[in-house]
Amino acid sequence: MILFGLAFLLVALSGVPGLFLRAGGGRVSAWMLGLGALAGLAAAALVLCGAAPPALALLRTPLGTRGFLRLDPIGAFFLVPVLVLPACGALFGVGYWGDQHESARRLRLLLGITAGFMVLLVAACHALTFLLAWEGMAVSAFFLVAAEDRDPETRRAGWIYLVSTHSGTLCLFAAFGLMSGAGYLFLPVPAGLAASPRGTATFLLFLAGFGMKAGIFPLHFWLPPAHAAAPSHVSSMMSGVLIKMGILGLVRALCLVPDPPLWWGALLVALGAVSGILGVAFALAQHDLKRLLAYHSIENIGIILLGLGLGTLGKSTGHPELQLLGFAGALLHVLNHGLFKGLLFLGAGSVVHATGSRNLERMGGLARSMPVTAAAFLAGSWAICGLPPLNGFVSEWLIYLAAFRGLAFAHSSWPVLALAALAMIGALAAACFAKVFGVVFLGEPRSPEAAAAQEAPRSMRAPMLALAGACLAIGVVPVAVGPALARAAAAAAGLTGPADLGGLAHFGLLTAIALPLLAAAGLLWAWLRHGAAPRAGLPTWDCGYAASSPRIQYTASSFADGLVSAMRFILWPRIRWRRVRGLFPAQRAYRSHVPDLVLDRVAEPTLGLAARGLAVLHVFQSGQLPLYLLYILITLVALLVWMVA
Amino acid sequence: MTDSTLVRSLHFLLHVLTALLLPPLLPGLINKVKALMAGRQGPPVLQLYYDLAKLARKRAVYSRTTTWVFLAGPVAVVAAGLTASLLVPFGHSPSPVSFQGDMILFAYLFGLARFATVVSALDTGSSFEGMGAAREVTFSVLTEPALFLGFAALAKATGSLSLSGMLASPGFAISRATGPLILVLAGWMIVFLTENSRIPVDDPNTHLELTMIHEVMVLDHSGRPFALVLYGASLKLLVLGALIVGPLLPRTSAPWLDWAGFYGAMALLAVVVGLVESATARFRLNRVPQFLVAGLLATAFAFFLLQA
Repeated sequence: MILFGLAFLLVALSGVPGLFLRAGGGRVSAWMLGLGALAGLAAAALVLCGAAPPALALLRTPLGTRGFLRLDPIGAFFLVPVLVLPACGALFGVGYWGDQHESARRLRLLLGITAGFMVLLVAACHALTFLLAWEGMAVSAFFLVAAEDRDPETRRAGWIYLVSTHSGTLCLFAAFGLMSGAGYLFLPVPAGLAASPRGTATFLLFLAGFGMKAGIFPLHFWLPPAHAAAPSHVSSMMSGVLIKMGILGLVRALCLVPDPPLWWGALLVALGAVSGILGVAFALAQHDLKRLLAYHSIENIGIILLGLGLGTLGKSTGHPELQLLGFAGALLHVLNHGLFKGLLFLGAGSVVHATGSRNLERMGGLARSMPVTAAAFLAGSWAICGLPPLNGFVSEWLIYLAAFRGLAFAHSSWPVLALAALAMIGALAAACFAKVFGVVFLGEPRSPEAAAAQEAPRSMRAPMLALAGACLAIGVVPVAVGPALARAAAAAAGLTGPADLGGLAHFGLLTAIALPLLAAAGLLWAWLRHGAAPRAGLPTWDCGYAASSPRIQYTASSFADGLVSAMRFILWPRIRWRRVRGLFPAQRAYRSHVPDLVLDRVAEPTLGLAARGLAVLHVFQSGQLPLYLLYILITLVALLVWMVA
Repeated sequence: MTDSTLVRSLHFLLHVLTALLLPPLLPGLINKVKALMAGRQGPPVLQLYYDLAKLARKRAVYSRTTTWVFLAGPVAVVAAGLTASLLVPFGHSPSPVSFQGDMILFAYLFGLARFATVVSALDTGSSFEGMGAAREVTFSVLTEPALFLGFAALAKATGSLSLSGMLASPGFAISRATGPLILVLAGWMIVFLTENSRIPVDDPNTHLELTMIHEVMVLDHSGRPFALVLYGASLKLLVLGALIVGPLLPRTSAPWLDWAGFYGAMALLAVVVGLVESATARFRLNRVPQFLVAGLLATAFAFFLLQA
């Protein structure tokens, strides 16, 4: 396990040389993260191929061979995105967040530290190491979110993140405390414990603590502001891997339980359906590119939960094939979402870099000035909508398969709910990404900044292309990840014996379908290209209207309006406009905004009310020293009385 | 052994030829039925073949706003349609490719075609095409779950997880599954009309940009790309139609009778679409979602009937 240790050191210390260098720190950090990623990927590959023993003790305790750190197949599978995304992000950061930013050095240092803590976290197999790595990751990520701390919006986002992550950790402390009877090592709990009140309380606390990090609805509220405020390559890492640590925790907790009650799986499926549909519904209504992507992370966490829930249902009802497919789909979606969401955030960073804005309504026509970014972003959009032949389809396909298999068994209402939810999420996501890609990259520029946009430098294009290539590779040749996935999924599902994932899901046939698809597309493309020379340079057909302008293009808001107003009972959009009167109306303004259901509608008002209510306690806090001395005296006297009595 | 290989390859050949050559006939049939119902003579049944041949020779016109994405739409529609045609059984003849979960791929291939058409429409920067694109994605939010709930009901009824097993299953004669099957097919008929942009959801013949869905998204296409658009639309009629006629066909003794039955049923479906278009008017746009919800409910009921 020298490789794993090497990877950890290279990753965690990647920002340090940059502190002492006048320039070029970004390159050094990208190189170190890249090398660390290679070392760590080798370690993960050894574990996942079964070449190395599945459990390796890094630190041996005096009591036995079980240590605090152990790279098992689950951890090794999570290790892949944990290493790939920071490396891509750091390379992207060379051009995106160069030394001209005052926070560049600090950001590089903290990016490495956060990634290092995540590397530790995936291998932690003791409550102590787990919580240490968890808190380290959470706190260093706070500084990443608050990189641009001069901006009040960013400070607010960082503050919300810090409060919510600590609330989550509090739940985890309580949950680990309740588990103490079973020991702090991650060992299987005895049968029957899960159904007891203590098991129920532990499960709910874990769900709350890990759900807060993962962004399960309604605990997602910290996520959109934090992802929007952080620099894009940081958002890419946070959305791609950091929130997945919540999923890692859930998987770790679930794989210890041999007999989960039926309602656990049902609850996970229900939460997944709610997170998935509401996540994408809120995403549709956003105008801020990065907030929109953040809501899509909630959606994808929902999809992952659907897989986990179906797997858990299979475990409760004793159907190993359902168990394997559900967990395999969830784990593969963790990896896939890391790849394509990382790609999309980097693409968004490239757009923000070029136009200086995150507002969708000010974009347009970027595909001509930024062709590489546009192509990469299209690949990411294609993948996140789950369309073949990219990787998003493969993991959604596994979860669909799990749901279809679940139909044959008793309690088939939950699988059919998962099925309908997945279908609706897929259609909504396609709507949302058609909107994003269309409004940002296609059509005519809607602002002078968009018209003057320039393609990103090579160091920013390379990571995007690498991630897009990975999405295509997994999508076309899923059999390449099949064995590793089967091993990790079997471990996560708590299955013993060989896992025949290939027998349940024919990855080879997906390739056999993807190839004719690509071949047909290539042939047709060639046929179009070899026709009579096209006539170019004419305007788009405008129905004879002579004075066309980019401003009459369909906007992001109007594109989404049909769906947003159909879902207004849950989205509650705030729309302000004055009715247009007269034949020749003068200027009219129209504003629409969809505030977050939980943060803006529930949490802040109630917490504000609570704060005002508690303000009555201020009378005790007058700031006068004699008064405080008086309090101490009263306390002492009270204690004395109590002890004497 | 060689005999069965020969038969299988003949089936495969016939399947591929059907998918490649038959589609343009279907819109011709529909239009002929509509014309006859209206007391007109109407265009020849083979009109779309002539149109395609003419368009293939014509020069295309590209707007200066567009990029390569503009062409990706028509290409993806036909490529996805042809690939999907490999997965669906035509009648009782097995599909060339069949595996567990192929119906998911089938549905997502149409999702792919839709996504590509929509971004291709947005590439022109035209507000009309933006409207069409927005309507298309809005309605798909209701048709996708209806399609999948139908698959769920059929999977429950047949115990099969592939299209060939679900659709070509002979167990539908008169059984417990008959009622749910009718509901599924009713729901899917709504999906079929919506996905193919037929009346009462969309009007393929209208020439008013503001009210169209599919036609308005392809306003700017011309020449060979437009030929692909038209061909892709007719291919969708065939492939989604095969989904509906498959479970209805009785199983015969000879494979060649199966094929004849399939062609007859597709022609009948085209006639039914033509009759529906002659007898009903297009819904107002804000009524369409209610129509789609009816389809969704029908398939959901079918599933719960089977579960009860």
